Amino acid sequence: MVLWLWLPGADTGRAETLKSYDFLPQWSPQAQFAGYYVAAAKGFYERRGLALTILRGGPERPVGAQLAAGLVDFGTLFLTEGLVLRDQGIPLVNVGQLVQRSALMLVAHKERGIRTPEDLNGRRVSVWEAFQLQPRAFFLRHELDVTVVPQGNNVNLFLMGGVDATSAMWYNEYYTILNAGIDTDEITTFRLADHGLNFPEDGIYCREETLQRDPAAVRAFVQGSIDGWRYAFDNPEEAIEIVMTHIQAANLPTNRVHQRWMLARMADIIRPAGHHRPMGTLTDSDLRFVAEQLHHSGILHTQPDYLEFHDPRPSTR
Amino acid sequence: MTRAPRPDKQRGLAFRLALFILTSTTLIFLAAFGYNYYCSRHVVLKNVRESAMHLAQATVLRIESKLRAVEAPPRMTARHLEGRPLSNALLLPLIHDMVAGSPEIYGGAAAFEPHGFDPEHRFYAPYFFHAEGGRIAFNQLGSEAYNYFLRDWYQIPRELDRPAWSEPYFDEGGGGILMSTFAHPFYDLSADQRVFRGVVTADISLEALVTEIGAIALYETGYAFVISRNGAFLAHPDEQLIMRESIFSVAADRQMPELRAIGREMIRGGTGFAAVTSVHTGKRSLLAYAPVPAADWSVGVMIPERELLADIRALNHTVLAIAAAGFTLLFLVVVAISRSITRPLHRLVAATTEIARGNLEIKLPTTHIGDEVQVLTHSVDEMRLALKEYIANLTETTKAKERIESELKIARAIQMNFLPKRFPPFPEQTAFDLFAALEPAKEVGGDLYDFFMLDARHLFFSVGDVSDKGVPAALFMAVTKTLMKGIAEQGLTPADVLDRVNVELCQGNDAAMFVTVVCGMLDITTGELVYSNAGHNPPVLLRAGGAPEMLPVSPGLVLGVMEEATYATSTIRLTPGDRLLLYTDGVTEAMDAGQRLFSDERLLGEMAGLAAAEPRRMVERIMAAVHAHAGGTPQSDDITLLALQYKGNAESF
Repeated sequence: MVLWLWLPGADTGRAETLKSYDFLPQWSPQAQFAGYYVAAAKGFYERRGLALTILRGGPERPVGAQLAAGLVDFGTLFLTEGLVLRDQGIPLVNVGQLVQRSALMLVAHKERGIRTPEDLNGRRVSVWEAFQLQPRAFFLRHELDVTVVPQGNNVNLFLMGGVDATSAMWYNEYYTILNAGIDTDEITTFRLADHGLNFPEDGIYCREETLQRDPAAVRAFVQGSIDGWRYAFDNPEEAIEIVMTHIQAANLPTNRVHQRWMLARMADIIRPAGHHRPMGTLTDSDLRFVAEQLHHSGILHTQPDYLEFHDPRPSTR
Repeated sequence: MTRAPRPDKQRGLAFRLALFILTSTTLIFLAAFGYNYYCSRHVVLKNVRESAMHLAQATVLRIESKLRAVEAPPRMTARHLEGRPLSNALLLPLIHDMVAGSPEIYGGAAAFEPHGFDPEHRFYAPYFFHAEGGRIAFNQLGSEAYNYFLRDWYQIPRELDRPAWSEPYFDEGGGGILMSTFAHPFYDLSADQRVFRGVVTADISLEALVTEIGAIALYETGYAFVISRNGAFLAHPDEQLIMRESIFSVAADRQMPELRAIGREMIRGGTGFAAVTSVHTGKRSLLAYAPVPAADWSVGVMIPERELLADIRALNHTVLAIAAAGFTLLFLVVVAISRSITRPLHRLVAATTEIARGNLEIKLPTTHIGDEVQVLTHSVDEMRLALKEYIANLTETTKAKERIESELKIARAIQMNFLPKRFPPFPEQTAFDLFAALEPAKEVGGDLYDFFMLDARHLFFSVGDVSDKGVPAALFMAVTKTLMKGIAEQGLTPADVLDRVNVELCQGNDAAMFVTVVCGMLDITTGELVYSNAGHNPPVLLRAGGAPEMLPVSPGLVLGVMEEATYATSTIRLTPGDRLLLYTDGVTEAMDAGQRLFSDERLLGEMAGLAAAEPRRMVERIMAAVHAHAGGTPQSDDITLLALQYKGNAESF
């Protein structure tokens, strides 16, 4: 299958048979979705018979709702979001779990005396509402009494000293903090994945109905995306170039060096050092761990069935 | 003196003069130039720093005044909202008027805490803004999609409990305008505790500011920029950077840790200067920066160093051009001066070379300047005259000396001619054989020998040595020989001959010269030898088959000293084969290089080896032995040898 992909003329005469699908990443254009942009730009979807449109994501277009309403065919969601949506009865299927390792972290002002998790006791910590489960589990584990401050879409409150610590994505806000003039030795970081709270993040979701109707198209999208990620990791500068065209089209206030960092970190969390799972794999144990954590917190009412929640076939090479 | 004059030496003087003068002048010039450059650069940099800082401060003031102007209405409105019951009727005109009354404000709102204004509604934030055409438009902010509680402009003043400027952002509703929002919190003061109720906001469009500051140009490529408290570029001539890049992202991208350090200093509210390579222009630049306290922004003014120093550089080029012209002129002057020094020297050298070749008649070049060269020329001329005089004297002296020498040579020749030189002297004689030789020293000496037959039976022979050397000695010798011969022929005994010669010599011997003589008379038929001595070395007698011995002689006084002196006669009989050797002290007192004498012993020793030798051979061998002894030592005295062999004469019996 891989071979014929690259045969010259393999897609000859397929133009009229291309199936139109669209994809909504869960945030505005950035290297977090480099694989999909690269796959689209390099024609990886087209080769697999898809005419794929990547929609502009952002906070105003929540992927879950869009998928549920049938407004888009594919989208990316954090595993926790996928589980919650499915628990709420929305028939979504995880057809490829790309990010294996959580990038979520807490960043604290070192000058305020925070060096260990225990130092967070009695502090004000800003936490994203959507991603508060891991931090809360972290506070619970370390028996911390923390004032949780809802966090907006950035870390400005932290930078202005409004909170002692903040949530941050390793590939994004952490670097934003560094590029706001804060040196690494001025902050203390807690990678939640390093503290036994690894919640796999970005995964590809579609409706059950889509998968049943056209499993080949789903597979084509997942495989094309995996190709895109591979290519992006192998050719980071070209990938950044592609991502930047989307960023510039959206006129977003970010820059190349930031996207370069983000792509490098995506490589770290999609292909973490130390395990060699095929891209797109969701292990039963990861699913189970996250589901249990959610269930324990009362967020999930049911325990999902592994194979009902995740279809490994589209991502299998 | 014969060495040829070296013309390169003369060029060398001019060259060295030029080199030393130009080198030292160059050093002095460079020192002055360097110091001047350093100082003027310092002054220019100081002035530029001041003007750059003034510009930064002026920009700060412009921004600051704008921001402060925007801050005032929300502050007053917030104050107004505190401590009174609020209603739409009160609130809406208030916010409307705040926006309408302030052209600086793009839009303004009063945003309340969840359910804070109307318990029915979670969001309540009436927003008025300047719409197109000067109209004031209204919008109610807040929805599940636009949760303003998490917006910076709401959350930051709430959490910080103080008014704050938001980090600038692109307005989503207003067509992507770069904005910043000032939000002033207001509180419910009716309770015991101050309770946060919401914020009054005022948006400011930064577009005009960005354009204005982005357009600032200094020198050729100098520019100004503004960064936010996060380091993000708010104003910059490169619009692509605005809100996309921060000073830190640029530092990371270009790997310029120094830029990051400057950025940190800037966002901390620092004021100062930094030397940095501008990423925008790629030039080493001077950066002056100052903070905008209202919003914690920072203004930077960047001026390329090259452009700062362009004026100095132009001045330096002029100075260097003048210096180059000056050095050329100086060089020509030095060359001219050195030529004026070396030209007469050169002529003088030519003249002295002629003098060295012996031309003392040459006329020395005349110089008109009263300088050292003239003094030198004068000295050389004096030297020339002195040399000329000296050489004239020398020629004179040499002539005299040559004359004397030639006269001495003649004297020597005459002296030698006195001596009998025909050997064998009496070829018909068989009773004896005789040989004599006189080897003169350099000077005319006073040795003499003589022999002659007094009659058919008697041979008279003598050897003498005049006390002195030179012509007087030669004359004295000639007189002695002549007297001796004349007196001996009168048939007297050798002692009487000496008596008489002594008397004759003493008379009129004012020079007090004297002569030693040994003489003898041999009866060739009997072998009887009668002899007498006047202070001379005793002859050596070598009997046939015997050992050589000194012939016993009465000492006798030298001739020419005392008229009354008398001389004794001794007699021995020679047998055939006996040999007799007469000699002067030139033989026994001949010295080698170690000043050792030839000595009597050596003479006797040599004689012992010559028992069977003919007189000629004997004389020659002794002479050779003396020369061998002397080696290279110059001969200081005449050497005279006279050898006699008695053979007996059967015919006479």
